[in-house]
Amino acid sequence: MSENKEQWGSRIGLVLAMAGNAVGLGNFLRFPVQAIQNGGGTFMIPYLVCFFAMGIPLLFVEWSMGRFGGKYGNHSTPFILDKMSKFKFWKYVGVFGIFTNLAVAAYYCYLESWTLSWVWNSIAGTFSGKSQAEVASYFGSYVGLENPIMPIAAWILCLLLNTWILSRGLSGGVEKIAKIGMPLLILFGIFLAIMAYNVKAGVNGAVNDASVGLNFLWKPANEVGDIFSAKVWMAAAGQIFFTLSVGMGSIQCYASYLKKRDDIALNAMTAGFTNEFVEVVLGSSIIIPIAVGYLGIDNVIEMTKTGGLGLGFKTLPYLFEQWGRVLAVICGVFWFGLLFFAGITSSLAMGTPVMGFLQDEFGWKRQPAAWFFGFLVFILGLPTVLFFNYGVFDEYDYWAGTFSLVLFALLEIILFAYFFGMKKGWEEITTGADIKVPIIFKYFIMIVTPALLLWVFINNLPNLWAQITNQAIYDEMAKATDLNQIWELRKKLWFVNGSRILLLTVWGAIAYLVYVAYRKRVKASLTNESK
Amino acid sequence: MEKGALIMMLSTMGIVAGFTFFFFYKMMTVKPKVDSDEDSYSENDTENK
Repeated sequence: MSENKEQWGSRIGLVLAMAGNAVGLGNFLRFPVQAIQNGGGTFMIPYLVCFFAMGIPLLFVEWSMGRFGGKYGNHSTPFILDKMSKFKFWKYVGVFGIFTNLAVAAYYCYLESWTLSWVWNSIAGTFSGKSQAEVASYFGSYVGLENPIMPIAAWILCLLLNTWILSRGLSGGVEKIAKIGMPLLILFGIFLAIMAYNVKAGVNGAVNDASVGLNFLWKPANEVGDIFSAKVWMAAAGQIFFTLSVGMGSIQCYASYLKKRDDIALNAMTAGFTNEFVEVVLGSSIIIPIAVGYLGIDNVIEMTKTGGLGLGFKTLPYLFEQWGRVLAVICGVFWFGLLFFAGITSSLAMGTPVMGFLQDEFGWKRQPAAWFFGFLVFILGLPTVLFFNYGVFDEYDYWAGTFSLVLFALLEIILFAYFFGMKKGWEEITTGADIKVPIIFKYFIMIVTPALLLWVFINNLPNLWAQITNQAIYDEMAKATDLNQIWELRKKLWFVNGSRILLLTVWGAIAYLVYVAYRKRVKASLTNESK
Repeated sequence: MEKGALIMMLSTMGIVAGFTFFFFYKMMTVKPKVDSDEDSYSENDTENK
């Protein structure tokens, strides 16, 4: 039995920590971009349907799996899954629940450190008097490590901060940050949304009213048939999946510190809807109205083709400067502060499953486990910092932050519905529930959610093949005429393949540790039996 | 704003905000378990009161 004695301080603390785990940079940078690229208002109907048919069932499943595992002293997915079926291979599926957290934390902490640097840059006036192109090129030089002191110092500071908070435990660290960070994030978001809604054509260089951007975002697409488009549904399902942080193993870990009779149904709904509030209400009200207000629709469509990071880090600081020095500082600090809180509440959740595993299986104390996690994230994250321009960051994001999540979620829901059994599963969900869980979710978990996940997974297979075969890099090589460019692409190929080998090694090492832990458990149970 | 966009925006935000506040309110006001030492939250433990 585990000696892990972690405990949540309060129910509100747990819900805010869970909501903080889900709320990330994607709520503000990915969601509006996905909505724009998939028909604006038309995107919202599939989005909400997917939230009810896939998001909520997955939340119920992960919360109940966690609480179930916690009853047996398991606080990470390998042995939570192991306890749910007599088939022993499930613990190796659970390896994803540790691997994903570790690998995502490795690049996510770097992303988080950008927000810290941009808070500082906003205060120091780095973007003051600069053109839009100059602000954008500052981002390029930052990630290209032209002046490495600031990027590396901010990254290490971020890592130390995460590790220190984790070393304070659940109630003394994670929960306290969630209780401060989440209300501040919402407050900053409301302030920025008010500022965005007040953008008026002709004032401070704006070319459109805020309503033009909002209209663009929320207008149902011209073609009625768009709502049946597979591409739109696929994007909506993908967004719901990534925004809720399901398929990672962190929800199970947080929930494993709950007792048998504690509610999970109302907690899961509250945390899930808090994430949706931040995404739908705040996420849609900041970046697009401001960007369309100043740059026009065509420019924004062009910019969103490469995702939301560019708009958030390269464009918004320049646009804030149009509001005058004082407001530029306030809005810069609020925007990047908001992103920082969104990031840190998620990265802390990534640390707890790794720590839980070390504490449960190898008897580590909390503090060494936290510092070891910090050390691992440093080592694994180093290539993403040093070789960002060679695609290492994107490679981690694809394999750990996309592929592993979908695969793990698909397998865990099959385990829950068909190996653990829906009768027991439904009992787990409803035991101690403070709300009546509609029976329809039982059928969603059995049929609709696995089918949707399978569909998402199958639709991603062509991307998977293109990724494995490095199609994009070879296409670029075929077009390249300059020898230097070809050489750079060859180097990129080397780094991309190298990072895959590294990630595979990490997965294998965790699987080996799970095997060692399993042998230890078998030995301990044999010793107990012989006594 | 166009009527369709405005309806879509207000109804979506309304549904999401409504459910969020409802669940939050319910969570904050629900009675704790009879024996608070049996729940998971250290702040509810008798010795901390």
